[in-house]
Amino acid sequence: MSSKIITIDHGSGGKLTLDLIEMFTDYFGDSGIDSMTDSAVFSTDSGTAAFTTDSYVVNPLHFPGGDIGKLAVCGTVNDLAVSGAVPKYLSCAFILEEGLELEELETIVKSMAGTAEAADVKIVTGDTKVVERGACDKMFINTSGVGFLKDKHSSLGSGINVAEGDKILINGNIGDHGLSVLSIRNSFSNEIKSDCAPLNGLITTCLEINDCIHFMRDATRGGLAAVLTELASKIKAGINMEETNIPVAESTRGLCELLGFDPLHLANEGKVIIVAGKGWEDILKTMKNHPLGRKSRVIGTIVNDHPGRVVLETEIGGSRIIDIPAGMQLPRIC
Amino acid sequence: MVIKFVDEFRNKDLILEAVEAIRNISVKPITLMEVCGGHTMSIHKFGIPSLLPDNIKLLSGPGCPVCVTSRHFIDSAAACAGEKDIILTTLGDLIRVPGTETSLYSEKSKGRDIRIVYSVLDALKIAGKNPDKKIVFPGIGFETTAPLSAAAIMDAKKSGLKNFYILSAHKVMPPVMTALIDEGVKINGYICPGHVSIITGTGIYKPIVDNYGLGCVVGGFEPLDIIQSIYMLVKQFENNKPALENQYTRAVAPEGNLKAQEMIRRVFRTSPDWWRGIGTIPESGLILTEEFKEFDALQLFDPPEMINSETDRGCICGEILKGLKTPAECPLFGKICTPVDPVGACMVSGEGSCAAWYRYGREAS
Repeated sequence: MSSKIITIDHGSGGKLTLDLIEMFTDYFGDSGIDSMTDSAVFSTDSGTAAFTTDSYVVNPLHFPGGDIGKLAVCGTVNDLAVSGAVPKYLSCAFILEEGLELEELETIVKSMAGTAEAADVKIVTGDTKVVERGACDKMFINTSGVGFLKDKHSSLGSGINVAEGDKILINGNIGDHGLSVLSIRNSFSNEIKSDCAPLNGLITTCLEINDCIHFMRDATRGGLAAVLTELASKIKAGINMEETNIPVAESTRGLCELLGFDPLHLANEGKVIIVAGKGWEDILKTMKNHPLGRKSRVIGTIVNDHPGRVVLETEIGGSRIIDIPAGMQLPRIC
Repeated sequence: MVIKFVDEFRNKDLILEAVEAIRNISVKPITLMEVCGGHTMSIHKFGIPSLLPDNIKLLSGPGCPVCVTSRHFIDSAAACAGEKDIILTTLGDLIRVPGTETSLYSEKSKGRDIRIVYSVLDALKIAGKNPDKKIVFPGIGFETTAPLSAAAIMDAKKSGLKNFYILSAHKVMPPVMTALIDEGVKINGYICPGHVSIITGTGIYKPIVDNYGLGCVVGGFEPLDIIQSIYMLVKQFENNKPALENQYTRAVAPEGNLKAQEMIRRVFRTSPDWWRGIGTIPESGLILTEEFKEFDALQLFDPPEMINSETDRGCICGEILKGLKTPAECPLFGKICTPVDPVGACMVSGEGSCAAWYRYGREAS
């Protein structure tokens, strides 16, 4: 029953999204830039630059730990940062629904300004469109961003330097963003807050420590599972993980148990996965010293066995394979 | 110490000790069927097969409500959603199940008012808020969920709600468990469904032990529950003493939940029902009794004709549900049939054996 129309699943970040991207790249052609990473990285006369764009359609506009404005700045800043770039300038385009309260818009704009200041980026250009009632849901935001990077960091997004024995690190609890949005939508009362945060500060500090980082990616839609399965298949290496080492907050774990979600598949908005070689201990230490990395952990290792596959040792000592999430767990979470 | 009733049953040392105990007593090859989809999911999520000795084989049974729901039922729900002023409220799992030509998901994409709810009680609320619409809830599941539908119907009757309807595909468990053995499924014992047993009590499995000589252990859903249930069944089998035992004593009382049983009896009566991949099984379905006929959604539309195409397109769901084959033996598995674009219902439900194999399965070698 192949669908000939766009379904919600096409936006899930899973297999159907990849099918769509394939169609886009078929038509847009080979740019000569590895554009299948979070940002396009390219050389200019004055150095290496990274460029990225993202649209934000989260419902509701405000959620515990953030709002669509904070998300729109953090998401784009993080896409640049994990490419090894220092984010500098953002554009910002609003699509507003007729009837939206001006005060609501101002709250969001204020939040964006505060987040941009905290992330040390400037919002320098923008656009506004208003559509009639019903043509969008209150407010959609697109942000694009430019950053600059050192040449030696230009392959961080592609992972080509990842090798056997490299450690996989993460800067804290997974799954909180997805569940915080789900909770507020369904009036579940709990303490789960989105982890939405700009990661460029943490990442820049880590990149300055040594040159052992071989890959970085922020685990957004599709969660940790999507990032690691994609990496394993791209570099044709295996990944071993231990479930007991993966940090999940007690409240998030509990709600996942109740609703049947796998925290590995849930979206994050403030989590970076770092793959690092010899010297990773110093990176971990640096991460732990940063306010956004107190709960950093080693969650896995790159291995030569089972190339292309991510194998998880479960908490009871069994093993299972982690696969790319198919379809949508939760729509409109970012 | 806080007892959470979760961590204690996932204690690695205890589990490895229990696995060792199984290894110590298990000599003969043994095949066990976990009836419930919740068990299937847990078994794969925790990687339990990778811990067991090679002579123990686990088969997934017909206890995933979505998986055994017929194409005809989906066709009916889709036809119902197409009628004027209908809001079809459904559990999320059902929305992707393929019917003959369509699914509720496709119907929703086409603009039908189909809403995902977390429980039938949400459907009742929607009915209260939309007096000018007719709210239909497709009721699926076994003795576990039937009391919820019954409660909703009794509630609607009590409060005089006139716009709430159930399209019932509810089923009961014992007939399919004996039907499978009658059909020649070769197993040596059942891990019986814990949640169903909370409602029904343990007595419903007695005839399986008495008439078929098969061990039945009512099991919980945490890894230690499942491993212990396997241990109990292996012990029975090695000693040639099939018996009815209850591993899940912290939740299942021998007599079950009498109040819930009474609610099912009052609102529903049994009738022959079609199980996807298996066929018609006498007295295995639940339909509304005369007293509650006014809440039957069947009066709202003309049900489509039943086309006997339940096993088309090369899908071997039926054989998988019967435990005759594993998902890996299906030529469609993971290629043409994936959770996004499922051919058979076993790939749709989070509890389906194909979905479990896809998400968690194909254990690491």
